[in-house]
Amino acid sequence: MSLSSIPSDWIFGLAGGLLIGLSAAILLLGNARILGASGILGSIVEGSEPDATTERLWFLGALIGVPGFAVLIFGAPETSVSGDLPLLVLAGVLVGLGTRLANGCTSGHGVCGMSRFSWRSIVSTLDYLAVGFVVMFVTRHILGVL
Amino acid sequence: MRNLVSAISGGLFGLGLLISGMTDTAKVQGWLDLFGQWDPTLAFVLGGAILPMLLAWRIAARRKVSATGDAFPALPEPLIDGRLLTGSALFGAGWALAGFCPGPAIASVTWGGLGGGVFLIAMIGGMVLSTAVGKRRLAAA
Repeated sequence: MSLSSIPSDWIFGLAGGLLIGLSAAILLLGNARILGASGILGSIVEGSEPDATTERLWFLGALIGVPGFAVLIFGAPETSVSGDLPLLVLAGVLVGLGTRLANGCTSGHGVCGMSRFSWRSIVSTLDYLAVGFVVMFVTRHILGVL
Repeated sequence: MRNLVSAISGGLFGLGLLISGMTDTAKVQGWLDLFGQWDPTLAFVLGGAILPMLLAWRIAARRKVSATGDAFPALPEPLIDGRLLTGSALFGAGWALAGFCPGPAIASVTWGGLGGGVFLIAMIGGMVLSTAVGKRRLAAA
């Protein structure tokens, strides 16, 4: 298998993934914080950790601003977001509620927790992946939506 | 210093999400479509993200405190309860329906259009809702 036969999406995925891991490593070794997107946004929304609010707003500002600036220069990539607004509302509520009950999402449990072999994170990741596979199968291949 | 570290981390996180394709909901749904036209890209994203963190946790174990002098977060007790299992399941369902998890939903808000904004606001609503669920549980306990 030659290098050129590897799909470019995989290479971009790996490169972007390494950047995600690097950003989590910087937050851990710099500020002793776990990089969890749902926890960072959720704690601000809920006002649960007021001492950390300022640094978390800096995080969120850069999380929106830096890729936003890159998109201004290089153009926006496809987001393929569904036009079905009620479906998006349902999905958004499920993601917000679920990640806060589980205390983590793809970044907190999937990246930070799994890499330290936390049982909670391993179980959570297997759980949301398995449910994601099933819901995708049922909605796309049985119900014929999505 | 803490704010600067946070901003650098947040910016790199956003770029990583953008480059990896995680902000393309069709790509994420393709990864979850295990029994259809499966797209393995996310395995490369997750694998790539875990590698630097494996190293970071080893460094953290040796250094005891961060650059800003704070103790590293302790490994949580391996408590597998209904809250963890139910929450993760709800998240998995929502993730499949929209193709967005929290990081990419936040990062792409400037170019995600009306749908991206609606998802983000609903997600924040779900987070607020979680505090009500938590309070009810506390009251019941």
